[in-house]
Amino acid sequence: MLLKEVLQKYPKTEDQLIEILLDYQTVKSNHYISKEEIIEIASYLSIPESKVCSVLSFYTFFSDKPRGKHIIQVCKDVPCYVSSDVDILKTIEKELGIRVNETTPNQQFTLEYTSCLGCCEAGPTMRINDKIYTHLTADKIKAILSEYRVYM
Amino acid sequence: MIEMKLISKRFGQINPLSIDEYIKFDGYKNLKKALSMEKTEIIEQVQKSYLRGRGGAGFPAAIKMMGLAKETNKDKYIICNADEGEPGNFKDRYLMENDPHQILEGMIIVAYATGGTKGFIYVRGEYQKSISLLKWSIDEAKKKGFLGKNILGSKFNFDIEVRSGAGSYVCGEEFALIESIEGNPGRTRVKPPFPTSVGLYGKPTLINNVETFSTIPTIIEMGGAKFAKIGTPSSTGTKLISLSGNVKNKGVFEIPFGVPIRDVIYKLGGGIEKDRKIKMVQLGGACGPIIPEYMLDMIIDFERFEEFESKTGAGAIIVMDERFDLFDILLKIVRFFQHESCGKCTPCREGHIQMANLIIKFIEHKATVKDIMSLESLARVIHQASLCGLGQTSPTAIISSLKYFRDDYLDRLID
Repeated sequence: MLLKEVLQKYPKTEDQLIEILLDYQTVKSNHYISKEEIIEIASYLSIPESKVCSVLSFYTFFSDKPRGKHIIQVCKDVPCYVSSDVDILKTIEKELGIRVNETTPNQQFTLEYTSCLGCCEAGPTMRINDKIYTHLTADKIKAILSEYRVYM
Repeated sequence: MIEMKLISKRFGQINPLSIDEYIKFDGYKNLKKALSMEKTEIIEQVQKSYLRGRGGAGFPAAIKMMGLAKETNKDKYIICNADEGEPGNFKDRYLMENDPHQILEGMIIVAYATGGTKGFIYVRGEYQKSISLLKWSIDEAKKKGFLGKNILGSKFNFDIEVRSGAGSYVCGEEFALIESIEGNPGRTRVKPPFPTSVGLYGKPTLINNVETFSTIPTIIEMGGAKFAKIGTPSSTGTKLISLSGNVKNKGVFEIPFGVPIRDVIYKLGGGIEKDRKIKMVQLGGACGPIIPEYMLDMIIDFERFEEFESKTGAGAIIVMDERFDLFDILLKIVRFFQHESCGKCTPCREGHIQMANLIIKFIEHKATVKDIMSLESLARVIHQASLCGLGQTSPTAIISSLKYFRDDYLDRLID
């Protein structure tokens, strides 16, 4: 979807900046905001580009570098850690052949850490795009990743 | 039974998507009742209930309401803080996913009593399901005339908008949250002035946690005095507890204040998996104290928790069994705050990095007595010299572990 189409949905007020960035980054295929787009958003809201940059760099959801089609985020906090029988991150790293904060060469997956996902009763957890996966085991991770490889 | 279901009574009993099922189960009944009451009487009932904020700080709810009510500005905002990001806490998600209208009803009652003109629910970006459910519920409530213009035929107008967070824990702090709604990086402001006088867009603003708003309809229903009889003198009513870690039954439980932590772990949580021994329990969430097994008879109560020079937190109990090492856990906690610090206050921004370095020394058995002293003083500096609740409470785990797990520290000293 073009940035213009997203922008049209929002009033031209400064407080819409985060909503716009979230909306556009989700629909954009490689989930990041480019330099040109920063300029376009700034001009739409009549705010300095530096303002857009400061918001972009502050919030962990946003990226100014291209990412994979699917963003995998693994919870690294205590409740998930004490509920894990396996090292979730290592299992995914091995499965995808990349390290944390890297993207697979085919641009399908980016692997990241995340702070608590708020599903501590069902840990260990991870998030792929907007969907949260709970009660992870090595087998379950492999099954989920193959599903994404084949169908999505 | 130690559970007492006042605000979780509809969990699993109604379809959260259906406003009709909510209405059938006493829903919006208390809004109707509130609209027939004097505004001052509503605040008086909340005052009599001694309801304290459920988000962690435990501030008396009625004082905020009185503060907002006396403001004469034509715009006054009501914000529901649903930026639940503290590791170990998930009770707000349960409230949003199981009973979204109860939150709306609480917000509308508070807005009516205080003259609030517009409401916001700031939900963390990770909670996509909660966000869509709340947006859906707001539309449903508008169709039925519980929100919008002339609510239930009265002269009262009120609308609620959902805003999404973008992965920042510190935005759960009230001024950081306000900055975030305004479209800025979530960095706190210096207090005073407090939000009730100068808040969102510079206007008077009342901010409460999801659970606090969810409790309001119950208080209207039973009356403040009756509500105050539940729990303990310093902590009235019920509390949602998020129980996680190495217990058999994890989940959210509603209990009256005053229940011992041990009962929550063994009676509700069913004890420890594989009957292992408890090594430590963290209370409140990542910002809460870590206590040893022998302290579990302590009751859940605001006053008792003040002993740890910290706030009650939002009611998390994270149980860790004997397989886990104190310092591994502490490092994870410190790294969390290091990542989530907004960077405004130097002690918080730099202090967490240094605390992590010190803890690594203990993990590697390379620490000295001087390191214990450094860790202790650094933790105190962050606690005392940070502007917002993040830095003020983040060292609690360290400070409490230095007190209750002294031997673990001494064991790691270099010979």
